[in-house]
Amino acid sequence: MGIQEQDTRFAKFGTVSFTALTKVNDFIDHLEGGKITGTKCKCCGRTYFPPRADCCSCFNSDMEWFEVTGSGKLLSFSRLRYAPIGFEGDLPYTIALLDYGGYKVFGRTNSSIPYEKLSVGMEMKTEVSKLANGQLTYVFQEV
Amino acid sequence: MSRVGIIGVGQSKFVRAYPGSVRELAFEGFKEAMQDAKISVKEVNASIIASAPEYDKQRSPAGVIAEYLGLVPQPTCYIETLCSSSSMALRMAYAEIKAGLHDVVAVIGFQKMSELSSMETQERMGRGGDIQWEAPFGTMMPAYYALYAQAYMAQHGVTPDDLAMIRVKAATYGQLNEKAVYRKAVTMEDFRDPESRMIGPISAPLRVGDCCANADGSSCVILASEEKAKAMCEKPVWIMGVGAASDTVNMSGRFDLTVGLKAGIEAGKEAYKMAGVTPEDIDVAEVHDCFTIAELMAYENLGFAKPGEGKDLIRSCETYKEGRIPVNVDGGLLSKGHPIGATGGSQIRTIVLQLRGEAGDIQVKDPSIGLVHNIGGVGLYGNVTILGR
Repeated sequence: MGIQEQDTRFAKFGTVSFTALTKVNDFIDHLEGGKITGTKCKCCGRTYFPPRADCCSCFNSDMEWFEVTGSGKLLSFSRLRYAPIGFEGDLPYTIALLDYGGYKVFGRTNSSIPYEKLSVGMEMKTEVSKLANGQLTYVFQEV
Repeated sequence: MSRVGIIGVGQSKFVRAYPGSVRELAFEGFKEAMQDAKISVKEVNASIIASAPEYDKQRSPAGVIAEYLGLVPQPTCYIETLCSSSSMALRMAYAEIKAGLHDVVAVIGFQKMSELSSMETQERMGRGGDIQWEAPFGTMMPAYYALYAQAYMAQHGVTPDDLAMIRVKAATYGQLNEKAVYRKAVTMEDFRDPESRMIGPISAPLRVGDCCANADGSSCVILASEEKAKAMCEKPVWIMGVGAASDTVNMSGRFDLTVGLKAGIEAGKEAYKMAGVTPEDIDVAEVHDCFTIAELMAYENLGFAKPGEGKDLIRSCETYKEGRIPVNVDGGLLSKGHPIGATGGSQIRTIVLQLRGEAGDIQVKDPSIGLVHNIGGVGLYGNVTILGR
């Protein structure tokens, strides 16, 4: 019997991925297709971002994907001038949290936006970004 | 209902790099607590060992440490909630005694962080956040707390100077604490001097001076049933409340960054209710100041100040030793140092010494009720412990 091939698509997420196996691997295919997606429980309608394979409200695991669209409000941000090991090459970079109303999205702002232009409350949108090393991620962009 | 008392406390010096092994480090805090309690190892019925495991080469450190401390064959186990591990271990020991399983339990916290570089440490601590959805963006503890700082400061008109005042207070008392890793003075001028290390950028708006120091250290708290505590100890300190709570690991699930840490709020509510006291009753407190912003938010989350008014407490020096509510008069994590698993036990030790009137240079005037606020991760876990004479 041969070794079963594992679905390690999630290893492509971010500068350094710490997770290879997850039931929400299709998230990576959606990124490849230019979409950022969350999941919605088909049973109770609860939405999740980041996406989950299982609903903890009704214990249903039948989920459907929805696309993160439109803009969200910048709740907070921080520019890192010191990085954990493996991320030194990205410095300086800015992590941030966007509020879309029904859910929040954690990520980085686009590196082309000057730090001084960022302010709490501003509207931003989330876009897919392909990294030089072939990894996939998303960034927050000015609206 | 019978009470649970604390009959012995101890801690090692918190140092940059401990010149020995983990078991030897744990022995230092344990030895001081046992000498404080004046009991023999045969009288300790069980132990609970606490640390954050990512720093340890030794797997399952509880057994190794219990053996070195002479606590075999009594039962031992390991408890972990990141930076609040030893406070959570104390809560478990409290439950063991309350349940009648044991009469005397030792809680030993330790951490030897110095075997890793600072960047490796940041990467491991960052993985105390969500490794699937957040760590791939390059997260670390100062950056997460900086997110809280940015939102909180914008909402409440808090300035970098307010944060600096927290650091200056910590250093005032760190100088007096012979167990502290950072014993130098820090002044407001240090935050205005362009050459000063204090204003070095880390993760805006947090700077070097806003961050606690990594350290190696151990702590120990010995708990006993009311009957045993009264028989064994002249001045037992009673555990009045042991609140605990959790929050989402992912920042996407957090309710409102401008309010502070919900796990700290919830743990505080439980502890106050259990103890039957209010924030006004607290005479001295230790709060989790891993970063300056964390202390400011804790003032409000524990009810020492109204929402948005925490800054007024530090501006008016009300959290100094002579103030209305003295906070972190042992130097806090900022100056004393933050050896993850040892921190909660060290905070408990400070409050126990305060309530016994044995705190020396940092003694607050005649306190009868004290509080310890200990947070794991970025508010992922919260523990609030209330102690009384």
